[in-house]
Amino acid sequence: MTPLQRVQEQFSAQIIETQAFRGDETAIIRPVALRTIAKFLKETPELDFNFLMDLTAVDYLFYTGARALKEFRFEVVYHFFSLKHNHRVRIKVPVDEKSPEVETLCDLWASANWYEREVWDMFGIRFKGHPDLKRILMYEEFQGHALRKDYPVNKRQPLIGPVN
Amino acid sequence: MLLNVGPSHPAMHGVIRLIMELDGEKITGVDVEIGYLHRAFEKMCETMMYAQCFPYTDRLNYVSPLINNVGFALSVEKLLGIDIPLRAQYIRVIMSEISRVTDHLTCIGATAMELGAMSVFLYMMKAREFLYELVEEITGARLTVSYVRIGGLKADLTEGFADRAFKKIADVRKVLIEVDELLTRNRIFVDRMKDVGKISAEDAIAQGITGPFLRSTGVAYDVRKASPYLIYDRLDFEIPVGSQGDNLDRYFVRMAEMEQSLRIIEQCFQQIPDGPVAVNLTGCVIPASQMVDSAKMGQTEGLIEDEVTLDPTLQGSTRKYHDAINADKKDVVLPAKEDTYGNIEGLMNHFKLVMHGHGIHPPVGEVYSFVEGANGELGFYIVSDGSDRPWRVRVHPPCFPIMAALPKCLIGGMMADLVPTFGSVNMIAGELDR
Repeated sequence: MTPLQRVQEQFSAQIIETQAFRGDETAIIRPVALRTIAKFLKETPELDFNFLMDLTAVDYLFYTGARALKEFRFEVVYHFFSLKHNHRVRIKVPVDEKSPEVETLCDLWASANWYEREVWDMFGIRFKGHPDLKRILMYEEFQGHALRKDYPVNKRQPLIGPVN
Repeated sequence: MLLNVGPSHPAMHGVIRLIMELDGEKITGVDVEIGYLHRAFEKMCETMMYAQCFPYTDRLNYVSPLINNVGFALSVEKLLGIDIPLRAQYIRVIMSEISRVTDHLTCIGATAMELGAMSVFLYMMKAREFLYELVEEITGARLTVSYVRIGGLKADLTEGFADRAFKKIADVRKVLIEVDELLTRNRIFVDRMKDVGKISAEDAIAQGITGPFLRSTGVAYDVRKASPYLIYDRLDFEIPVGSQGDNLDRYFVRMAEMEQSLRIIEQCFQQIPDGPVAVNLTGCVIPASQMVDSAKMGQTEGLIEDEVTLDPTLQGSTRKYHDAINADKKDVVLPAKEDTYGNIEGLMNHFKLVMHGHGIHPPVGEVYSFVEGANGELGFYIVSDGSDRPWRVRVHPPCFPIMAALPKCLIGGMMADLVPTFGSVNMIAGELDR
């Protein structure tokens, strides 16, 4: 049984959609279930996802791919990896444009800390319960969030030195 | 006391700022501030066609740019669902491993230099130069290589490359022995490295750390073994692991890994399928400009047999090399240069791939593909909307989680220990800040 099937079996009501493309298994889940599913992924012995390998987000504003215009603007994407079983799974959480916020995973995987800061910095998605949610690559005075699709590529802002 | 180190400081190779809380010489708190080299790699890739992203990937980990090239190419190929010829796979592995050695040489050399062993640094740079010469011979550049293409490679290996590579490998081995003699039993070096900057395996895993940093704690995770890509499953190599997770173990792991990489290169040269052997007896060798001129005037008779001489930056991409190193996919791979210059079909094929709005069109979907970079797992997450540009390119930079864990290694240690610990992290600002 693949990790995705195991999650599907356990949380069928919380899963909006599952995909498998080129061997990458993906589950799109309801935001309310994020922490429950994450805990399940980490603590179930046959899954044992001890790595949160990557955490990022995608902005689907103006997206014209196969799917119709998306209901939610953002998706937060988690890549989990299990060292013991050498398997991976991708979990995606849709995030609304009006209140872009998801629960933090900092307390489960320490690596989430900086990744979540980066997502906040680049996409303006807040993480509820994050201990120190501040910008990481850009400076505090930077206006807007650079990886949002409505942020112009050529937009320039005054560069401000480090503040003590 | 609060002490600010960086963003520009002699002991910090790379722009990064550490705000340190000190109690005497003891470090009680560290705040790591990154982002000084942010170049909006991910945003720029969204505005570029897939093939145009390669020059940007060179500048991610600028000490081993070929591994970034390979990583990006593999992710787009996974998205497209294509395989590349065996010879190209071997060449990719050879170039990746050369890059891994240059990366480790730089890391150890810089660490040793910062601890006062200037001659080690110079020896290491000398060895790196041997390898850069090999890279330069194949790619035409030392650092900004842009050598790998989606579905293949820019150029084949040059003639007699294997012999020159064997000679350089022998030279590098000599340097490694010298350095080993200079450092491994050196009292000053060992005292500064041993039990410094320690991290436990549990912490390293929780922080998402991979690569030599994780292996120094005793966890034998290496992408090349765990999920072999290209032809790594055909090669015989070991994964060196440490046990303490301190700076000295990271030094040992890197030293051992270089030897393994050199072994891999040697095996690749033994196994690699033959390159071009057929000599075209009917055609003649003419300059590219002459071929373009005669094709323009319609004098195409016999042109299909001819071979062009190319500018050095394009060498190795003529027809006789083309098929052995490129996938047989006209909608992905640029045609051989003779076809572009000498006939209309090739020219159209070329234009269809390089013009905006045309180019490579992967199917709608998303992939995460990963390779073993010199610092750990280098991942590319690409979302495609079916157009000629990626909708989203995300790089998982291997030293990002390591920098996040840096306070864990530093707190409780002495201020002077910052230097070797930071050196062994091998922070590459290019991939950290993207």
